[in-house]
Amino acid sequence: MTDNNNGVLVVVEMVESQPIDLGLEMLALARRLTDSMGGTVTAVAFGTGLETTGEILTAYGADQVLINDNAIFANFHAEAWLPDLSKIVAEVAPAIVLIGHSLSGTDLAPRLAFRLDVDVATGCESIDIINGRPHMTRSCFGGLAREVVTFTKTPAVATIRSKTQQALTPMMERAGEVKHVTSILDVNSIRSRVVNREREKAVGVKLESAKIVIGGGLGLGGPEGFNTLNEIAELVDGAVGASRAACDLDWCPRSYQIGLTGRTVAPELYLAVGISGASHHMAGCGNSKTIVSINSDPDAAIFKSSRFGIVGNSQEIMPALVEEIRKLKA
Amino acid sequence: MKIVVCVKQIQNPEIPPVQFRIDEEAKVLIPVSGLSPILSPYDEQAVEAALRIRDKAGKDSDIEITIVTIASKGARAVIKAALALGADNAVLLSEPTFDGSGGYVTARNLAETIRAIGDVDLILTGRQAADWDAGVVGLGIAEILDIPAITFACDVQTTDGVVTVQRVLQDGIETVEADLPALVTISNELGKVRYASMRETMRAAKKPIKEWMPEDIGLDEAQVGSSAMRYKLERLYIPVNDTECEFIVGNTPAEIAATLAQHLREAKLI
Ligand SMILES: Cc1cc2nc3c(=O)[nH]c(=O)nc-3n(C[C@H](O)[C@H](O)[C@H](O)COP(=O)(O)OP(=O)(O)OC[C@H]3O[C@@H](n4cnc5c(N)ncnc54)[C@H](O)[C@@H]3O)c2cc1C
Ligand SMILES: Nc1ncnc2c1ncn2[C@@H]1O[C@H](COP(=O)(O)O)[C@@H](O)[C@H]1O
Repeated sequence: MTDNNNGVLVVVEMVESQPIDLGLEMLALARRLTDSMGGTVTAVAFGTGLETTGEILTAYGADQVLINDNAIFANFHAEAWLPDLSKIVAEVAPAIVLIGHSLSGTDLAPRLAFRLDVDVATGCESIDIINGRPHMTRSCFGGLAREVVTFTKTPAVATIRSKTQQALTPMMERAGEVKHVTSILDVNSIRSRVVNREREKAVGVKLESAKIVIGGGLGLGGPEGFNTLNEIAELVDGAVGASRAACDLDWCPRSYQIGLTGRTVAPELYLAVGISGASHHMAGCGNSKTIVSINSDPDAAIFKSSRFGIVGNSQEIMPALVEEIRKLKA
Repeated sequence: MKIVVCVKQIQNPEIPPVQFRIDEEAKVLIPVSGLSPILSPYDEQAVEAALRIRDKAGKDSDIEITIVTIASKGARAVIKAALALGADNAVLLSEPTFDGSGGYVTARNLAETIRAIGDVDLILTGRQAADWDAGVVGLGIAEILDIPAITFACDVQTTDGVVTVQRVLQDGIETVEADLPALVTISNELGKVRYASMRETMRAAKKPIKEWMPEDIGLDEAQVGSSAMRYKLERLYIPVNDTECEFIVGNTPAEIAATLAQHLREAKLI
């Protein structure tokens, strides 16, 4: 058995022909990894309308970009991705394959790993090369613990959590090679059929890219509680998120969920309102620069991760906060 | 129609963090004493998904729901729990070296168990086990058995050999269908699970539980436990959090809000 050793392959997820931030963040990680273990950084993008993708991904750190531009890849479908992706991984022979820990990535990565007959580490926060071998650090037990794992066979397949890496400053003059791949996909091999797709209208700034995120939980007392959160978000150009408990009660759209199985945010400011601070929730916001929380229970766990805390009733504090921010912004 | 639901027994994932302990040396969880293991929550919802399919098909349907679990020891309580919810029977693969062997080995061993059961139409798993939070085993089983897999389901229906799944997207829902046999992983959006009724709990005591050893289904030593593992756990630890919280106080909500807004302004956050 020969070991793969040609650097790092990054699968960059494209949305509306643009790479998502997480893809660019993983390129930075890939660069750091190849700096320490050698080899090249290969970025792979599937989608349509990818004319400028090669340049962009090169600027963000890829040495080689493989573009699979085909109408069939307009929407993510793991079964459609797998034949081409497995072939690409076999040809490039990377030591590490990085895939985003998004819903698509978590649907794709384990399938790819089993096709390659290797193990996979999902939801990694960091990867370090120790004695030439990748050590993956990932959260487990609902965010209460961390494990560090290594694999006995290459490539190491890992999904990376959003906002755990910082994208490089793009350098348009960076040299790289851009290649177009010819798809080998036989559409008859796709066994699951998407018969309908309903997307929610995106509300406000995208959660992952917002500098300020305001999260609401059961302590809001009801769906109306989200109104003041929205007001603040509008004033400060932020985005609104929520705990799973609030989503489960339909107080807000599902897509607001932050946490272990929701979205991962790491804004400059995370304002947690009426959220208890369960590890499962903190798994999605614990890397925020500053956490400020408002909770009626002085012993709420959320205060243990907060820079500033207010013990009080959110229904009284929040309207007052809207007023104060409005004054400051005037 | 035969439905298999794969369930894992775990320690309750919602215990207060102060009770959560690990042995860093041995790299294992130290179970909270006196706390019984439970069905991993998404797996409980997978059982619920199977029961809803059977409810819809009616009393006289030929739907048989089999619970499958692999454990080193003592998984009877969670199997009983799943049977008490309404599943028909169970298979326990007792594998003494199983603990800590990871998703790769678990998926391979579960796939063999499902092959041994035979003629399974639909396999349901949780989206991830709420101990290691991996989300690997379901997709692994499907790859090994070479059947379609649909992830993150919030609704599962079957008609005439086709499974129709509503699956959760980042920004919406999509409807996906596949011909059976197929595997579906269940997400929490499936919603509330039923309680075990007194009647089912009594009946559960008489429902058949098959206990298999690896050799019963043709698994040899190289295919189980540490000898089959593709990963090594190098370290397990509890991260420390040393944020010092500054509490903002005041006489009125307005005063408190003003102080907070001022702090945020000074820190250039707003
Ligand atoms: C496997 C698994 C995965 C999970 N994944 C996620 C996930 O991805 N994201 C997630 O968020 N959760 C997740 N959870 C659930 C998580 O464990 C918690 O149950 C959830 O985050 C609690 O939501 P909450 O803080 O809104 O509600 P609660 O825990 O009920 O907290 C409400 C808080 O509001 C405070 N409060 C009450 N009234 C007021 C008031 N008037 N003013 C101010 N404060 C008030 C209370 O003191 C309390 O602290 C998961 C759980 C499991 C088991
Ligand atoms: N030991 C086990 N026995 C039965 N099913 C399991 C076991 N481990 C995992 N599973 C199933 O696979 C799903 C995903 O597990 P994991 O990949 O470990 O997160 C779980 O929700 C279960 O449905």
